[in-house]
Amino acid sequence: MTSWIGNDQKLPQGRLALFSYLAVGMTVLLLFGFWKLQIIQSGHYADLAERNRVRSIPIIAPRGTMLDRDGRVLVDSYPSFSILLLRDDPRLLEKNLEQVAEGLSLPLDDLHQQLDAAKSGPKFQPIVIKPQASEADIAFVESHRADIPVLELMMVQRRRYPHDGFMASAVGYVGEVSPQQLDSSDGRYRPGDIVGKAGLEREYNDVLEGTDGMRRVIVNSVGKMVRTLDDVEAVPGKPIQLSIDYDLQAIAEADMVDKEGALVAMDPRTGEVLAMVSRPTFDPNDFAVRIPGDEWERLNTDAETPLLNRAIQAQLAPGSVFKIVTATAMLESKAIPETTTVVCPGYATFYGRMFKCWVYGKSAHGVVDLHKAIVHSCDIFFYTIGMRLGIDRLAYYASALGIGHKTGIDLPSEEPGLMPSEEWVERVYHRKWYAGETISVATGQGAVTTTPLQLARMIAGVANGGVFVQPHMRKDFPDAHVDRFPISEDSVEKITQGMYGVVNEGGTGAIARLENIEFCGKSGSAQVIGYDTRNRLGKQKQFKDNAWFVGYAPRRNPEIVVAVLVQGGEHGGAVAGPIARDVVKAYYDKKERHNQGQTTASNAIPVHPLAATIAPHGKPLGESAPEPPR
Amino acid sequence: MKERARLLDLDWWLLAIVMGICFLGLLEIYSATHNSNFAGMHWRQVIWIGIGLAGMLILSRIDYHTLLDQAPLLYMIGLVALLAVLAAGHTKFGAKRWVAVAGMPFQVSEIMKLVIIVVLARFFSEVRTDRLALVDLVKIAALVGIPAGLILLEPDLGTAMVLLPVAVVGAFLAGIKWQHAAAVVLLGALMVPVGWHVLKPYQKQRLQTFLKPEESPRKAGYQILQSEIAVGSGGFWGKGFGKGSQNQLGFVPVRYSDFILAALAEELGFAGVLCTLLLYLGLLLRLVDNAQKAKDQAGMYVVMGVTAILGFHVLVNAAMVIGYMPVTGIPLPLMSYGGSTTVFVFLALGLVMNVRSRRFVN
Repeated sequence: MTSWIGNDQKLPQGRLALFSYLAVGMTVLLLFGFWKLQIIQSGHYADLAERNRVRSIPIIAPRGTMLDRDGRVLVDSYPSFSILLLRDDPRLLEKNLEQVAEGLSLPLDDLHQQLDAAKSGPKFQPIVIKPQASEADIAFVESHRADIPVLELMMVQRRRYPHDGFMASAVGYVGEVSPQQLDSSDGRYRPGDIVGKAGLEREYNDVLEGTDGMRRVIVNSVGKMVRTLDDVEAVPGKPIQLSIDYDLQAIAEADMVDKEGALVAMDPRTGEVLAMVSRPTFDPNDFAVRIPGDEWERLNTDAETPLLNRAIQAQLAPGSVFKIVTATAMLESKAIPETTTVVCPGYATFYGRMFKCWVYGKSAHGVVDLHKAIVHSCDIFFYTIGMRLGIDRLAYYASALGIGHKTGIDLPSEEPGLMPSEEWVERVYHRKWYAGETISVATGQGAVTTTPLQLARMIAGVANGGVFVQPHMRKDFPDAHVDRFPISEDSVEKITQGMYGVVNEGGTGAIARLENIEFCGKSGSAQVIGYDTRNRLGKQKQFKDNAWFVGYAPRRNPEIVVAVLVQGGEHGGAVAGPIARDVVKAYYDKKERHNQGQTTASNAIPVHPLAATIAPHGKPLGESAPEPPR
Repeated sequence: MKERARLLDLDWWLLAIVMGICFLGLLEIYSATHNSNFAGMHWRQVIWIGIGLAGMLILSRIDYHTLLDQAPLLYMIGLVALLAVLAAGHTKFGAKRWVAVAGMPFQVSEIMKLVIIVVLARFFSEVRTDRLALVDLVKIAALVGIPAGLILLEPDLGTAMVLLPVAVVGAFLAGIKWQHAAAVVLLGALMVPVGWHVLKPYQKQRLQTFLKPEESPRKAGYQILQSEIAVGSGGFWGKGFGKGSQNQLGFVPVRYSDFILAALAEELGFAGVLCTLLLYLGLLLRLVDNAQKAKDQAGMYVVMGVTAILGFHVLVNAAMVIGYMPVTGIPLPLMSYGGSTTVFVFLALGLVMNVRSRRFVN
């Protein structure tokens, strides 16, 4: 019927058969392809599949807390979130960056800058663009997971320090591990790890630092966590208990808050540091996140050097406090009769040059013996003694009392100060010692410099007959080193009587007198520059005398010694003395309460200083653990 | 002359192989979707297979000669339908490919595959020589080119390409001069740069990804890479049914459809792939066998048209899954989820059954 049907034609069987072979060939080819992937390269792809589905998330170990001697929390950690920018897809990044900048209210230029800076690093390594995310930031990241896939949240542990620079210089701060530390850590640190950078944070980093854990999770193709495979728990850092007494520290901080200088209080029997203040200072909480570049710049270049811990790093002329060294040298060397007297007309001439006593122009000390010279801090007496002793003897005793040597306190970057000697000028200046220099050194001027901590150690050591215990911040400090330089009973008695007189017999520290407490001490008003130079330049603040006072109690075998430095304070007894007195009084007040069994809640319950600074001192404080700041 | 074929004279071997493939497909559709929003998809696929089987039986009842008689009409209907899709079709995934048939979206281009099989079978059986003349080649080019062009406009490069093997296989069987064959190949090569301009950006990207995977940005290269990872990580025995991480966690793209073979390869391993590909080989060999036993050339061309399309589908899809071919969106027949494609394959098999059941009829 239909004309087009070609029944007459045979089928091309040969060509058809060819298609059977073609089908077989095609199947073999495909099987070969699958074989290659599934058998030959199967291990490689199994790896890739595993990497696809398994993510390792570090669990940051919280750093150990720092407690005061009564177990009150000084420094602790709290969890917070950082926002990460994932960089493995540059195109995606480019597309989302504007939205990211807007959503997190970060300047777009800053983001570009950070990305540029991170360019050399491996691409899979995200960068932290917001170290401390607010709740709004976290909500933004969570709600844009689908359309802004370049953001990720990471839980981190933040350090929480007391506010207002409370103990900041001693505590120090933490920061991101430096490239050098990273290189020398043998893989112990990863980039971005937080380590102690200064102060106790640095000194006890190994104790405070925990071991980060690792959580392995299974994620799906859009990065959503499906379930947790396993956890290696983080091991939190160990707490350290300091010998610091929060109550004393608070008094000291309050007294020093508007000053430039330092304070250190110590129990000389054990070497335990009870309080340590350095002002002006910084807020370590600023460092706990990321410190803005300009703030860092300010802290480093500020003429008042807020990053310095003056208690152990200020190397300044001790002024009249040094007279205790000179007195010790006089009595112990027996080179001069201990009954020696000197007439002070307000000035004297040595080696053809006039030296003034501090009372010059106002009055004179008249006939002065050692006791009176200490009580009234007569310069003429000690000039004379210094001249007669000579620099060698002075240097020997000063060195024995620790001047020019580090005390070995458990803090980084302690300075040794300097005790000049003939050997020293020859080594450093390649000249002979001028005899006139001895006159200045004998009263703590000239080339001699000390730190506040050294002076506290020295005064207390003399008062207890020459036992010097290594000062330390950590309460449980095994094997505190003890230096012994026995001073005769007679010398100790004479010198401590003098220092008792300073406070209690109308001496230079009379203002610091305390009822019922054998508060003793020695003041110092150290010139920053020579009188002549100062007269030439006129009276300027930065050339005002530094006020020193090193006080202790009781008179013999002291329990507490407090060294106070107020730079530009001019009058040691009047300015620094009362500060030392307040701390000693607080010490005895607290001891009194203990003895009466009236242990207050503040002694029993660990309380965060944030709460404590608000609550009136000595009152019972809040029981609950402090909330992280919002 | 046109006597009734017996109802039960089906190719039972062919049907068994087909059902085996469908079963594997259902397994993997279930595995790939039971944990997702698409859960229950395998039941819908079962329905599609049922519809397909019914369509197959119906189509096998209508004498293929009757169908070939109406080839010009079918061709016109097909072209009009394609134009209608372009004018008023649904846009889905950025392409106009669908029209609603009884409330279900249906890809018209699938119908065109059937039509082109019938039309070319008619054309080739009318050429009575053993060597195609140049003018015949031009006619073939026009017959295939017009619908292919329309499908390309949707745009659907994959389906447009699928029409070509029908013509190529047919021309080979009808007999083509090697000079002509060479000229066609050369012409094709020359068309490549022209074709490049016709391609849509996403198509260009897919091709670039295929040609230079190392330069491909995350999105495009990602699909192929994830597919390869799924296949490779399966190993010989696979990770176990429902246990493929690439599949279950969604790393394999459209794992219930175009990349279903990757999902299967991951969970059932090389062993599973071997079974699957052998089933497909069996299917193709069975089809060629049917062609060899066809009563006349028209029947042979119909069967070989079906063979060409299915073979092409299997080759391109499987090669894509292992990264040997670019991503073209060509599904794996009978395994990939999809109503249009499944029904098409069964209708095409209906044509084969049709030819087979009339092999003794005279």
